[in-house]
Amino acid sequence: MGRFFVKHLLFLLLTLFVVSFLVFTLNEFSPGAVARKVLGAYATQEQVDLLTKQMGLDRPVLVRYVDYMRALAAGDLGYSARFKLPVRDVIFKHLANTALLAAIAFACIVPLSTVLGVAAGMREASRLDRVILMFSTVIASIPEFALGVFLASVFVVWLGWLPGTATLLAGGGWSVAAQLVLPVTVIVLFDSGYVVSMIRASVVEVMQRPYIRTAVLKGLPFRAVILRHALRNAMLTPVTVIMLQINYLIAGVVVVETVFAYPGFGRMILEAALFKDIALIEAGALVAVFLAVVTNILGDFAYMLLDPRIRA
Amino acid sequence: MTDGPLLDVQSLSVAYTTRAGEMAVIPGLSFQLNAGEALGLVGESGCGKSTVALAIVRYLGRAGRITGGRIRFEGRDLTTLDEAGLRAIRGRRIAMVYQDPMASLNPVMTVGRQLMEVPMTHEGVSATSARARALAMLAEVKLADPEAVMERYPHQLSGGQQQRIVIAMALITGPALLIMDEPTTGLDVTVEAAVLDLVRELRSRHRSAILFISHNLGSVVRVCDRVAVMYRGELVEEGPVRGIFTNPRHPYTRGLLDCLPTLGSDKRQAPLVPIAGQVESALARSPGCGFAARCPQVEIGRCTSRPIPSSTVHGEPDHRVACVRADELARWTRRSGTGGAHDADRAREPMVAVRHLTKLYAPRQRLRLRGSRAPVRAVFDVELAAGRGQTLAIVGESGCGKSTIAKVLSGLEVATAGGVSLDGVEVGALAVDARDATLKRKLQMVFQNPDSTLNPSHTVGYAIGRALRRLQGRSASDTGAGVARLLDVVKLSPAMAARTPRQLSGGEKQRAAIARALASDPDVIVADEPVSALDVSVQAAIVNLLTEIQAARGATLVFISHDLAVVRYLADTVAVMYLGTVAELGPVERVFAPPYHPYTEALLSAVPVPDPDHAVARILLEGRVPRADEIPRGCPFATRCPRRIGPICDETPPPVQRFADHRIACHIPGDELQRLQAPLVEPRAVGR
Repeated sequence: MGRFFVKHLLFLLLTLFVVSFLVFTLNEFSPGAVARKVLGAYATQEQVDLLTKQMGLDRPVLVRYVDYMRALAAGDLGYSARFKLPVRDVIFKHLANTALLAAIAFACIVPLSTVLGVAAGMREASRLDRVILMFSTVIASIPEFALGVFLASVFVVWLGWLPGTATLLAGGGWSVAAQLVLPVTVIVLFDSGYVVSMIRASVVEVMQRPYIRTAVLKGLPFRAVILRHALRNAMLTPVTVIMLQINYLIAGVVVVETVFAYPGFGRMILEAALFKDIALIEAGALVAVFLAVVTNILGDFAYMLLDPRIRA
Repeated sequence: MTDGPLLDVQSLSVAYTTRAGEMAVIPGLSFQLNAGEALGLVGESGCGKSTVALAIVRYLGRAGRITGGRIRFEGRDLTTLDEAGLRAIRGRRIAMVYQDPMASLNPVMTVGRQLMEVPMTHEGVSATSARARALAMLAEVKLADPEAVMERYPHQLSGGQQQRIVIAMALITGPALLIMDEPTTGLDVTVEAAVLDLVRELRSRHRSAILFISHNLGSVVRVCDRVAVMYRGELVEEGPVRGIFTNPRHPYTRGLLDCLPTLGSDKRQAPLVPIAGQVESALARSPGCGFAARCPQVEIGRCTSRPIPSSTVHGEPDHRVACVRADELARWTRRSGTGGAHDADRAREPMVAVRHLTKLYAPRQRLRLRGSRAPVRAVFDVELAAGRGQTLAIVGESGCGKSTIAKVLSGLEVATAGGVSLDGVEVGALAVDARDATLKRKLQMVFQNPDSTLNPSHTVGYAIGRALRRLQGRSASDTGAGVARLLDVVKLSPAMAARTPRQLSGGEKQRAAIARALASDPDVIVADEPVSALDVSVQAAIVNLLTEIQAARGATLVFISHDLAVVRYLADTVAVMYLGTVAELGPVERVFAPPYHPYTEALLSAVPVPDPDHAVARILLEGRVPRADEIPRGCPFATRCPRRIGPICDETPPPVQRFADHRIACHIPGDELQRLQAPLVEPRAVGR
């Protein structure tokens, strides 16, 4: 167990190191000087030169990278040109917003998908299975923005039950909870469709295993066969993928955030990219990669807990 | 309990729904099983024996259903029982033991919990008392240290231990009927012997009736009182073990016995007689005898026009046979022969020579935080040779290194030390990619599973033709005739060339794989367990085919097998391997006669022999095969040897004693071994 974490922690550090270097140099080597990107097309050449000097951009890339890493180690992520705030504050604020959305969505997705997936897969080709399979396939194939617009037009425009935006600001008279309902629903529906079909497929496969036959022919009630023998085996394959959903929920829900004007992490990265806010892009990329690796580790760890065969 | 038989199956019929239509796998089967009795159900794959078992416990899946008949068990009709009624019987009154115990146990649940849930479900007992029951049961199936075993997961146990767990799980509620479906298939021969002995012992104590399903006639003899022989879903013959095995009346039963190689016969005296043709599909049934199409004694009209009633064999009231000609057939006699003399052809220069071959596998490199581990020793200092036209058989249990030798021979692995020469050319260090076309042409392989040899998306003709083009340099236009000729050699019709492997039976696939190997006209054929996955009747045909081809072409055959009877039949020279070393090597009739290496002795005594009169004191090996990383310093067999003589066995590697061309690696002197050991194979067949 200790070895597992040491090994993965080393891997995490290595990945972060490589990614930080790649993102840093990519920004440097992409067409156009950094200062030009920051100042935009209408700045004069003098302004660009001045900023280049100010930012120390005339020094070699490696030197600047070492400086960057040194600042990073000290907790200084730089200054956001777009938000006119320290990058650290910008990221924390947006990350906290996204974490709220992701946590609620994740807490819905996992139990919902598990229940539906198991209910569908435990009796393959039953009526329940067909209904759930159809439902999950349909919602997984509707794009998020379409789902968002559709739900918004029903609940906001037509029924007027919910607000159409989720800016998390008190204005407009809607509580934060009410504001969260639609974005969470869209994400949960969209993502569950995928997770349900995966869990279902795994349950179907497990139900054909000889040890399920053993359990049935022991005379166990069907409920015990499912809960005691099938469930844990059936979760082995999906568990790592479920953990990867955390990654998607934090860094990949940019569409939903945009539809509902939600001040989240994905939209922040998008804005930073559009605005060529280099310090924010770099820090955002690092955070995203950090999350990706951590969720991977969590997935491996969960798998290890479930499967005694790979516990060394 | 009511009077009459415990289990009474009356005209049971079972059908599977397939794309081709309703398939009557079992058209109408009747048999009885009395309380405490053991009935063996034998037949080849696809004969419906497992379907019978699953029909009894009503677990036929979605495609299968019972279409008629009754299954009376303890006074109730199982075919009409509802779910709740079935649950009350399953696991409590009827328990099952399966083939492949690893797959039958839940991999993520401790063995203890899997055992405990049976009494907890059926008898509502507390966890504490269920635990006590489980512990007692584990002791009964002779697992050492039951407390520790309870906490283990299935993958932490060996195959034999896993099967003991499954047996314990089945017997924990004291069921009236125990159904065992191929319980020892896939286990090593010594493990199989131990499990069968355990079943016999438990049977006498628990007085459960047993329905013992097996394709292995030898293991049926060890466990059962009565035998029922099935063919295409029908019982063709049924009776006491002795009656069936000494006086088989049905041509199919005789066919099964004739095609089985025994420890007492070899290819020179008593050729195996395969059953002609193959099992026909259950989709089309003729009104008459199901076996008629393959029966050598068939009489068109009488046998084929109407259903065959079953009748009692004259003088044996319990012995029934479903054959109209049963009374007309002559009495069956066991195939046997006297030992052959063929030492003359042994003195030839070796075609294949293995000299001091050692193969180590580096352990899987993980992140090296704790230093590297020692390499795993797969094969250590092995010396073997096979002359031109000879058959060298390598036998041993799983993990003994026999397949590693095949891999080095074929270049799939390279030797760590020592050498392998092929027709005088050193190839031990040459991986297959480094071998030139001539070398590749010289040696070809046949594998256990033809499915993994033949590309499922290519036709048989393409596979063979490709080998012809690659290794013989044939032009594309020229290959057609070559393919047809090779198919003829392996007794397949030329039409098979257009088929894909999916359209062939197991035996046909293996023939096609052999034809592919023959395409290069090899001097050496390395066959790694080529018949292990096949039914006995098919096995006989393939074994005969190999013998014929070898004789016709003068090719050297390296035959790797765990089946001693097949080896006895086929081999000229036999090497018995244990833990990567050769325990015994010599001409086949010497290896199968005393003096034996103690391991050979144990192996031979463990082979289930399909003859009720064959009484051999079995030598049970204690413990398990040491892992490759814990090989003893002295004799590799020392930890389990029943003839261990003292610390010398643990300390010093055994000397290789040579008696002419017979070698035994043992500390016990040869004449001492000779004095201690009784012959384990019918003496009439050994020596002259």
